[in-house]
Amino acid sequence: MTDIPFRRRDPDWHPPALAPDYRSSRLRSPHHKLLHYAPTETEMTGPAFGQDMPGPEDHDLLINFAQPGETALGPRIIVHGRLLDENGRALPGKLIEIWQANAGGRYRHRSDGYLAPLDPNFGGCGRCITDAEGKYLFRSVQPGPYPWPNGGNDWRPAHIHFSVFGDGFAQRLITQMYFEGDPHIALCPIVQSIPSEAAIDRLVARFDPGATVPMDIRAYRFDIVLRGRQATVFENRREGL
Amino acid sequence: MTEFRESPSQTAGPYVHIGCMPGVAGIQGMYGDTDPGSEMVQTVCADPVISLEVGVLDGAGAPVCDAMIEIWQAGPEGSFGVTRGFCNWGRAATDAATGVATFETLRPGAIGSQAPHILVWIVARGINLGLMTRIYFDDAPETNARDEVFKIAGDRAGTLVARSVSGGFRHTIRLQGPDETVFFDV
Repeated sequence: MTDIPFRRRDPDWHPPALAPDYRSSRLRSPHHKLLHYAPTETEMTGPAFGQDMPGPEDHDLLINFAQPGETALGPRIIVHGRLLDENGRALPGKLIEIWQANAGGRYRHRSDGYLAPLDPNFGGCGRCITDAEGKYLFRSVQPGPYPWPNGGNDWRPAHIHFSVFGDGFAQRLITQMYFEGDPHIALCPIVQSIPSEAAIDRLVARFDPGATVPMDIRAYRFDIVLRGRQATVFENRREGL
Repeated sequence: MTEFRESPSQTAGPYVHIGCMPGVAGIQGMYGDTDPGSEMVQTVCADPVISLEVGVLDGAGAPVCDAMIEIWQAGPEGSFGVTRGFCNWGRAATDAATGVATFETLRPGAIGSQAPHILVWIVARGINLGLMTRIYFDDAPETNARDEVFKIAGDRAGTLVARSVSGGFRHTIRLQGPDETVFFDV
């Protein structure tokens, strides 16, 4: 299975390198076309991370930076979903890393000087390994929107960054998750660098009342899909469904 | 079938360190205070360690000081199998002042008919989809010239070649400009 090459990426599905309304892309976007070659062993393989890599609290941003007995400040949320490939197969045992601002929209980072205060009980990072069915789960607080320097009155929608590994290094992906109903999604130059509404919608997590824990914590559902394999028997068998 | 298309990419932004290298972000006490990918070579490893410095420049020639670079490479024996004391994957931040990321690693061996190389992935603020490139070595010009991927880069292949320096290699990645580095869609 791991010998079957990955499908090529559809460049029109992802944001283009140059998205002029997102100013930082102007000097950081290559002008030449990406050159294609068929993936070799180097691109088809990638690092593996064991189930024992994360500590027991690494996935729980409510407490993984908090003083004992305390928790982060803000609306408590579960973010959960499945990691799949484009063939619909679950990707078990894969590392997912996330980072986010706190409930006030402030990052714990030397470069962030936003007015909103740091929360002494919130670090803003978490990680986990997907289970046998490709499932993952984080607990956190809902991040706040925040202003950012882009030449105008620009605010990021509330979002969580996701870094995801697959079987092969060519599947490597970093993206962002947004929250259903956020009015900033339609106004954000970074989100709107994605060419289609259908693709943007894939990054919008849905409120998931079924996974909400009564009197405790609300839930959002967010599935992530990495590149699949080229046409094979898997296309018809729909494995993983 | 829309539901099984790849999730679209978004920029890693300027705060990528928080999630991927909390120590670099200045966040203490996370992940055993060891950032993932920061130690490719353990002390039990018998092979000589090389220092690989990778600088990133933007279209104005300014250093890109908030990038994260990951590398994936074969071990000295030319495979991705287990090399004692060695992790084939590394991750480093570009320095906040110089824009140079430093990896302490082992020199990769040739994989089959491929010349020795290192796969490189760059994410940062302003980069909407992670950029993939390769690094080859300047002391193996004949081997490089026979490498199928190196050949695809044509007259721009020189942008993929790291320069020998004392203790290892130095490489500069240019995101734009007359010497723009070759990036790949693999």
